[in-house]
Amino acid sequence: MSALVFAEHDNLSIKGATLNTVTAALACSGEVHVLVAGHEAAAAAAAAAQIVGVSKVLHADAPGLNHGLAETTAAQVLAVASGYSHILFPATASGKNIAPRVAALLDVAQISDATKVISGDTFERPIYAGNAIATVLSTDAIKVITVRTTGFDAAAAAGGNAVVEVLAAAADTGGSTFIGSEIAKSDRPELTAAKVIVSGGRALGSSEKFNEVLLPLADKLGAALGASRAAVDAGYAPNDWQVGQTGKIVAPQLYVAIGISGAIQHLAGMKDSKVIVAINKDAEAPIFSVADYGLEADLFTAVPELIEKL
Amino acid sequence: MKVLVPVKRVVDYNVKVRVKSDGTGVDIANVKMSMNPFDEIAVEEAVRLKEKGVVTEIVAVSCGVTQCQETLRTAMAIGADRAILVECADELQPLAVAKLLNALVTKEQPGLIILGKQAIDDDCNQTGQMLAALAGLPQATYASKIEISDGQATITREVDGGMETLKLKLPAVVTTDLRLNEPRYVTLPNIMKAKKKPLEVLKPADLGVDVAPRIKTLKVSEPPKRGAGIKVPDVATLVAKLKNEAKVI
Repeated sequence: MSALVFAEHDNLSIKGATLNTVTAALACSGEVHVLVAGHEAAAAAAAAAQIVGVSKVLHADAPGLNHGLAETTAAQVLAVASGYSHILFPATASGKNIAPRVAALLDVAQISDATKVISGDTFERPIYAGNAIATVLSTDAIKVITVRTTGFDAAAAAGGNAVVEVLAAAADTGGSTFIGSEIAKSDRPELTAAKVIVSGGRALGSSEKFNEVLLPLADKLGAALGASRAAVDAGYAPNDWQVGQTGKIVAPQLYVAIGISGAIQHLAGMKDSKVIVAINKDAEAPIFSVADYGLEADLFTAVPELIEKL
Repeated sequence: MKVLVPVKRVVDYNVKVRVKSDGTGVDIANVKMSMNPFDEIAVEEAVRLKEKGVVTEIVAVSCGVTQCQETLRTAMAIGADRAILVECADELQPLAVAKLLNALVTKEQPGLIILGKQAIDDDCNQTGQMLAALAGLPQATYASKIEISDGQATITREVDGGMETLKLKLPAVVTTDLRLNEPRYVTLPNIMKAKKKPLEVLKPADLGVDVAPRIKTLKVSEPPKRGAGIKVPDVATLVAKLKNEAKVI
């Protein structure tokens, strides 16, 4: 049977995490469909039809689907669920919010954060902040899965030619109402999709220093900015910059950890990065145990020097 | 209003777990166990709502082994009024826990259920959403702010890229994120008081719930080790290595 991918999108375009999820879906089944549930989301549906490997796009459109509210969006997925052997969501804030509702109403278990598809019913997923990898077998008829995007390559976003089928939209359940959002506008790449990440820790000392020291480096490298939990808790960086077990899971080509000691919860979020650079003045900092290149130095002199030499 | 706060007993967050050599799981014999940190935030939030006069009774619930009673005593030391343990020695997966909690929601009729967004052992991030679905309730996950008024909850949620605010009709399910609050330290007098608070023990069968696992763990292994890197003496060497060896800049 076919696999269904729940698309993450902004009604106009498809978010990158969807592409990695399509790759995971293709490992589960030869036929992959994508569901675009949104409001005035025809452009996003058209973009989904371009993804290589996708044979059909299901497009549901209604005001009630505009903000991805869990209740109505899950109902939309359930309306088509019975036709699929696998339903996959990107393990993003939105995917993780909706997928368990779908699983519970189908009376099936959910595989969270799959990092590898071994067969149609067997998957690998990290547990204990990535300190152990479990190989799990689902005995349910429909497999509901959230996909850790760092575990799968992105499918090509263009070159495909899927048909778009319009679905009847699920009724608005009315239990929750969207009031508003504050989404930071930034010219920087998205943290989870960035090729380079510059990440700062508590050693930066203040929000002003965090920006003063790290922004020029991030600009120079075209990098996204990240932070350790300690830096976020201290108010140096916004919440959604947090990299770690319960924050963002990232795997860029280059991760530059500055003034981050490297608690296991932080390492859980970045240790799959291709190249890790750590700059820290504490020789014993655990971050050095995962860093490809460690520089034991005071960050306030090393980072400006690094910017100059790049 | 009554609040139900489900809490899970997990390996303490400071413990670095070891994978058993036979690959059947991680070794949790003789390691420190604590309340899941996100659940502790949930208990604290319920207590704050009670201190504000919004909540009248806090019922802590745990599903699992006999020793979960200790976790429930901790919840009562923070300020929960009474506790229910659904005792079960077998493995409980999120769907089973959500079904047990749903049975308790039917029985207790809380106005609000607050629980952690994920447990730090299995890292599933499922139970709250599953409970909301089974109970037919609205949900707000990853809450960083909760306000209750006029039978509605206004919740600020942490989402990718920023924050979002939702209004939920009560009863509803809310899951906590790190920034919701900072749990208080439990004091000795409160630990003593907690020992006298009522703790009811039920079995899954009493609630008519089938808790059989749906997912089989075939093996648990160590993650691939990252090869130890090198220390570079200065910034110039670092830049040279990144350019010529790693070729990432």
